[in-house]
Formats: sequence, structure tokens, C-alpha cells
Amino acid sequence: MAQQQSEIRYLTPPSVDVKKKKYCRFKKNGIKYIDYKDPEFLKKFLNEQGKILPRRITGTSLKFQRRIAQAVKRARHLALLPFVTDMMK
Amino acid sequence: MTNFASAFEKLLINLINESMNQYETVFILTPVLSDVQMKEAVEKFKGILTAEGAEIINEENWGLKKLAYPIEKKSTGFYQLIEFNAAPEVIKKLELNYRRDERVIRYITIKMDKYAAEYAAKRRNVKSAKKED
Repeated sequence: MAQQQSEIRYLTPPSVDVKKKKYCRFKKNGIKYIDYKDPEFLKKFLNEQGKILPRRITGTSLKFQRRIAQAVKRARHLALLPFVTDMMK
Repeated sequence: MTNFASAFEKLLINLINESMNQYETVFILTPVLSDVQMKEAVEKFKGILTAEGAEIINEENWGLKKLAYPIEKKSTGFYQLIEFNAAPEVIKKLELNYRRDERVIRYITIKMDKYAAEYAAKRRNVKSAKKED
């Protein structure tokens, strides 16, 4: 019975219109250089196939999206990150 | 007259300094080498750099690391990082030597901008602090 109640609550979410504003983490944290030698950090911007995530998902500004792309490509060249993969995370 | 000569010399030194850039290079050596052979190969490239008048700032040996994908049918490699100041012409010679050397399976050389240099300095400080601990 208690379970049913919680299910009902789930069906009517209280706030639909509250959207969290995305922000560029580099601008917010004052990061000025993206290191290609740090694959663990770069993995935050890849999906599980190893593709670079779009800006509309990560919220990164255009300037830093370009730098991420550059860094990821350098890391791939050095075999620090894979070009193609599955189940990376 | 001597004054003029020394001024000219200063001008030349300035020109040389201005033509120096900060670079960093990472290369991967084949895992078939022994530790001694690997060190020898690293020394060879450092020798090339210093012979060309480059000033080595920092070097890091990351040791044997797993590659994210096989290169030349090998799944591991020795990573070596060198940071240095050099004139742009040096890079051509360095990369030519990389290409000629069979032990090098991958390399990358990057010119560092001021933010990259800042980051590298920070990284060095963190490394040295860790060593002390």
C-alpha cells in the first residue's frame, strides 16, 4: 500500500518548469588550460563510446569546447584515450 | 666602438631569446626494450635537444603504460615527457629523428602558450612537493 502511494507521487512531479541553468565549468572555476595528458579528466566530456559530448549537454562555452576537442584528439593520438570503444564508463 | 659592438651583441641575444619558444614533447617507446635500453633512447633524444641548443626544463618518465588501443600490434609502451625551450628550427630535427628511430612508436610535440606554461609550472610544483613528502 505504501509502495503504491509513492508511485502515485512519482507520476505527478511537483515542479516541471524548474530547469537548472547550465554553465561552463571552465569559466566558473577559472580553468584556463585543458591538459591532454590527463585522460581521467577528459573522460568527463566523452560518452561511453568515447565520442566527444556536445556542448548542449555539458554546457561548456564554445571557446572551451574547442579546447576540449583539441585535447581529446591529442590524447587519442597518444593512445591515452581510445578512438572507438564500448562501455568505457 | 666597443660600446657599439656590445650593443649589437645584446641586440643579437635579444633576437635569439625572442625566437625561443617553450615546447613539450611526449613520445612512446616500444615495450620490447629493457629498462637500460629505454633510458638510453631517452638520453639520445635529450642529447639531440641539448646539442641543438635547447634548454631542458623538465622531464617525466611515466614508465610502462597500457595503450588505449594497439599500436604496431603492441598494447603497452614507455611514455616519456620532456619540456624544453628551443628555437623553432629544432623541432624539425627532433621530429625527423623520431621518425627515423624504430623504437619510437608515437610522438607529439606541442608549443606551449602562457596558460600551458602556467599549468606545467603548477604540475611541476605539485610533483616536487609530493617527492618531499
